[in-house]
Amino acid sequence: MATDGTHNDSHPHIVNYGTYVLIWLALLALTAATVAVAGINFGGVTLWLAILIASAKATLVLNVFMHIKFDDVVFKVFIAIAIMTLLAVFIFTFADYIFR
Amino acid sequence: MSKVPGAVVEQPALPGSHADGSHMLEEGHHHADKMGAKIGMWLFLLTELLLFGGMFLIYGVYRYMNNEDFHAAGQGMNTIIGAFNTVILLTSSLTVAMSITALQKGNKRLSITLLGFTIFFAVWFLINKYFEWSHEIHKGIYPKSPELTSRSPGEILFFGLYYVMTGIHGLHVIIGIVILSFMVVFIAKDKVTSSSYTKLENSGLYWHLVDIIWIFLFPLFYLLR
Repeated sequence: MATDGTHNDSHPHIVNYGTYVLIWLALLALTAATVAVAGINFGGVTLWLAILIASAKATLVLNVFMHIKFDDVVFKVFIAIAIMTLLAVFIFTFADYIFR
Repeated sequence: MSKVPGAVVEQPALPGSHADGSHMLEEGHHHADKMGAKIGMWLFLLTELLLFGGMFLIYGVYRYMNNEDFHAAGQGMNTIIGAFNTVILLTSSLTVAMSITALQKGNKRLSITLLGFTIFFAVWFLINKYFEWSHEIHKGIYPKSPELTSRSPGEILFFGLYYVMTGIHGLHVIIGIVILSFMVVFIAKDKVTSSSYTKLENSGLYWHLVDIIWIFLFPLFYLLR
């Protein structure tokens, strides 16, 4: 957890093996969920559900495996801006195609 | 802290007290250096995000315009091999993350072993990919094949995107194998150590990105039913 105060290079934040294994199990569970859900026909919601689960998995990887949760705020801003930019490109493109 | 069998020693955090002025200065310098390397790596990863983001955008628009065809094409995909490869990549991400922890704790041998597992999983992923593509090609489904060109435009687009996106992803897996192999050598030669491991961290970041891309590729290509 990020509650252990400030840490600099002399005290690098070391993530426990157990934490990683826990995240891995969650990722496997979400994979099983996305496969199970794909078998059921939810109509138009099916794709969104798949994207939602994939985003949840990506968030876990990004925060724990990629260490962003424990990193300097500058990285969080960095990634947030990049994802927002990509999202904006998607929204504008689809706005064009849907209302054409 | 969890103990792992085979853990040799827990290296103490950098020796020397903070009262030592010169030592702090050295640390401060080191800090900035590490920070720069990490920011550089993230900048690169964000360009990768744009590369794949663009392809996901194309996929999204074409799927929106050819929804039925995409579903028809998706029926032929092997969900089991896709899911299996997902598990393989997720596990390889786990082992690369753990190898960093192992090195931080000063356990060089465990770190190398875990990286070995990561490379093993990566190769396994590619072998599955090889069989999968071979199967598709055997069925006559490959770009410009008579079988594929006889199908609807939407299906042609689906398989075009399938080959390009999983192909470029596969290329990243190959590059990842090369980078991680270098890390094994660097750790063995003490060029990457428990006090200087930014290279390993950045390689791990690259590998996790490859994993994240696959996390999105999997439902979009293998779970259309």
